[in-house]
Amino acid sequence: MSEHTYNFAYLDEQTKRMIRRALLKAVAIPGYQVPFASREMPMPYGWGTGGVQVTAAVLGPDDVLKVIDQGSDDTTNAVSIRKFFAKTAGVRTTTHTEEATVIQTRHRIPEQKLTETQILVYQVPIPEPLRFLEPRETETRRMHALAEYGVMHVKLYEDIAHHGHIATTYAYPVSVADRYVMDPSPTPKFDNPKMDNCAALQLFGAGREKRIYAIPPYTKVVSLDFEDHPFERYRHDAPCALCGATDSYLDEVITDDRGGRMFVCSDSDYCERQRESAPPAPQPADTDASHA
Amino acid sequence: MLDADVITRTRIDEAELAEEPLLIADGLTKWYGRQLGCRDVSFELYAGEVLAVVGESGSGKSTLLQLLAGQLAMSSGRVLYRMRDGATRDLAILTEAERRLLFRTDWGFVQQDATLGLRMGVSAGGNVGERLMAVGWRHYGQIRHEAESWLDRVEIDPERIDETPRSFSGGMRQRLQIARNLVTAPRLVLMDEPTGGLDVSVQARLLDLLRRLVQDLGLAAIVVTHDLAVARLLSQRIMVMKGGRVIEQGLTDQVLDDPQQPYTQLLVSSVVPV
Amino acid sequence: MYVAAKGGERAIENAHRWLAHERRGDRTVPDLTLAQIAEQLTLGVDRVMNEGSLYDRELAALAIKQARGDLIEAIFLLRAYRTTLPRFGASEPIDTGTMLAVRRVSATFKDLPGGQVLGPTFDYTHRLLDPELCTRVPEKPARARVETTEMPRVTDLLSQDDLVERAPDGPADAPIGDLTQEPLGFPADRDLRLQNLARGDEGFLLALGYSTQRGYGRNHPFAGEIRIGEVEVWFQPEEVGFAVPLGHLAVTECQMITQFRGTETEPPRFTRGYGLGFGQCERKAMAMALIDRALRARELGEDVVAPAQDEEFVLSHSDNVQATGFVEHLKLPHYVDFQSELGLVRRMRAEFEAASQTELREAAE
Repeated sequence: MSEHTYNFAYLDEQTKRMIRRALLKAVAIPGYQVPFASREMPMPYGWGTGGVQVTAAVLGPDDVLKVIDQGSDDTTNAVSIRKFFAKTAGVRTTTHTEEATVIQTRHRIPEQKLTETQILVYQVPIPEPLRFLEPRETETRRMHALAEYGVMHVKLYEDIAHHGHIATTYAYPVSVADRYVMDPSPTPKFDNPKMDNCAALQLFGAGREKRIYAIPPYTKVVSLDFEDHPFERYRHDAPCALCGATDSYLDEVITDDRGGRMFVCSDSDYCERQRESAPPAPQPADTDASHA
Repeated sequence: MLDADVITRTRIDEAELAEEPLLIADGLTKWYGRQLGCRDVSFELYAGEVLAVVGESGSGKSTLLQLLAGQLAMSSGRVLYRMRDGATRDLAILTEAERRLLFRTDWGFVQQDATLGLRMGVSAGGNVGERLMAVGWRHYGQIRHEAESWLDRVEIDPERIDETPRSFSGGMRQRLQIARNLVTAPRLVLMDEPTGGLDVSVQARLLDLLRRLVQDLGLAAIVVTHDLAVARLLSQRIMVMKGGRVIEQGLTDQVLDDPQQPYTQLLVSSVVPV
Repeated sequence: MYVAAKGGERAIENAHRWLAHERRGDRTVPDLTLAQIAEQLTLGVDRVMNEGSLYDRELAALAIKQARGDLIEAIFLLRAYRTTLPRFGASEPIDTGTMLAVRRVSATFKDLPGGQVLGPTFDYTHRLLDPELCTRVPEKPARARVETTEMPRVTDLLSQDDLVERAPDGPADAPIGDLTQEPLGFPADRDLRLQNLARGDEGFLLALGYSTQRGYGRNHPFAGEIRIGEVEVWFQPEEVGFAVPLGHLAVTECQMITQFRGTETEPPRFTRGYGLGFGQCERKAMAMALIDRALRARELGEDVVAPAQDEEFVLSHSDNVQATGFVEHLKLPHYVDFQSELGLVRRMRAEFEAASQTELREAAE
């Protein structure tokens, strides 16, 4: 077997061209799912192949790449993907949001406001917001083409009728540029407002389902709701136990088996910055006792 | 998207009673291979008028309804419909988007099997509210209020608004289906054996309700039925079908009291007098 | 004090190291060679080539070794490797009529030109575990005098009397879809369906094929012919202008003769289902043929009532690389989303509590 050399960022140029054509189409039709011939990648479907293909297609040698999963740079899958690009593209990587030109993310949007020089690439498992109401692809395609979204609101209506609340807490559907209804990927609904009028280019890649979609910069993105049950962000009501931030999404960490819990910023880079620039947050009195 | 205010129309529009028919069927024909579904069916329907299409099974009456509803492609013929803006259009020329919108707002279709015409896993309120949400209603309270008032109108206890039709009786499901169809104030409703499969007493109640609604809302309707009593109670005009063709048509009372064609005479005389 | 755990990178490296150690196993036991896998676990290699969509025995053997015997993991490895290979084009269609068959059987005729050749099959073995397999040296195969090497296809024989539907005759230069170049859309034509099934998971296809026999979309199948052997592959490079032989492929082909049908304008004929795969993959080829036929329900005017006939269902779930990726992705952290759900559930529980308290108070009054 001969020694195999890989192209810059793994994908061959023809594949990148194919993906870029799909991306251009996606940007031209905000929120519309463009089918693309997703390739097998060295990581499994469901583990970010769509996001990796989009990143590989837009990455250049001068780019600086940040990869996060659940908001953190250090989760195993983020580490794995960052190493993949370091090896196949040789680009500089960073954990600092404001240094990055391309950010690939799974399930979170960074707390730091993004700029016009940045691209946010989302990993998407199921791109079709109507999928769980209508399993047939042939039917959902028609519904999007004809803007038949009544069934989406029926689902929200049912939630309120049964639970008193809209029961979707993540992957909360949005209307893009007053036309297409889109699934923002499984980001918590807390992150939805960040997509609206965002200065950065937002690209979405679903490898297994073979769809790409996009939100161009400064596009209107509105979460679906009712006038009398307006969209609400959910955030655990407490400051971050490490940095004191009151405006960031928090992870719950179980500290002991007696119900001990603490809440810390999901965005690890954001939390670090806060701690660097501010005095340390006051510690709850009993934490020392519960830690070895 | 259709304006929300057209939904509030509940009275017969005087202008609608003008000479222009609401629906014109012209030479509707359907072949299934060498099998005839229906042939050369032509009629006109005016606003506020109910036409009954009667015949035994195999007469072609269900095929006719499916052709009108666009569920089957016709072999030949045309269906012309006067839209809300007054223009009469050939339905075959409408785009798919226009046709689907028409069927969701200006037309209704009450299926014989209510489970096909309802979302069985969705609450009664959701079923009634769906068409409203599809045309842009975005206030949960208002949607719910409208659904409650319609449930009441079709004699379903509004307290059951959050239950799914799975817990409803056959008659209740049928009434829910009617409410679901009427909520956008359609001008034409197609009904396929609306009382089929229901107990006699339930049928009577349903027919009574339909008669009142049709009158109050000024609906035009085409009711396919094998039951002459249903035709007698609901319709002003009747079309008798046999072997895919219309063999007799006219005013309901006239045709049923004084049938001209032998087959119609047979049908009428076969009804067991109550 | 709680410190956000770091060191994911080191954890991954250590995990890889442990994996490599486990893969090797007890060092006093001889290391498995690729030749041993290719020679003695041939059917496993064949399966990996099929579902990995790459005909290369050595690479498939390597994949199996690297995957520690997990065939779906090996298939994934091969598929990922395939993506990196340059593509020259499509070969000429292989002619299974000229196959040098080592095995050829037909259930529809007692005897036929070329005969019933059993070949190296498990079919009539008694399934008794044989410990002496480890020590016994097998005899060489018996030799027979072959009268003729002619083996006309059963479907061709039936076609002579116009008893079986003609293979779809579109124009010879009609474009053939390519599953690997465009995303699959529905409804899908037969060429794309067959490509999807060829690389589909054997277990999934087997179950669906089985379901058709048990009444979920029954099509009255007979095994018209199964043949296994080598065929030559020809390729026409653009610059050269004529076809050149590239070598031989071992393939398994199955022709199912299925439910006859006629129309008002056509007399009744048997219909067909087709299966084809690399190497010796009889079970796969047979299941594929059953499902190919089931998926033709639409074009043959049959009601679609069973899962095996549901094109979208079958073709969307047949790829085990996709399937395993998505099923196993549930292992990845999902705690951010779980946190959102927790928030909602806690809030709803608080409301429930409050409502119950109010009820109790009202009842007490």
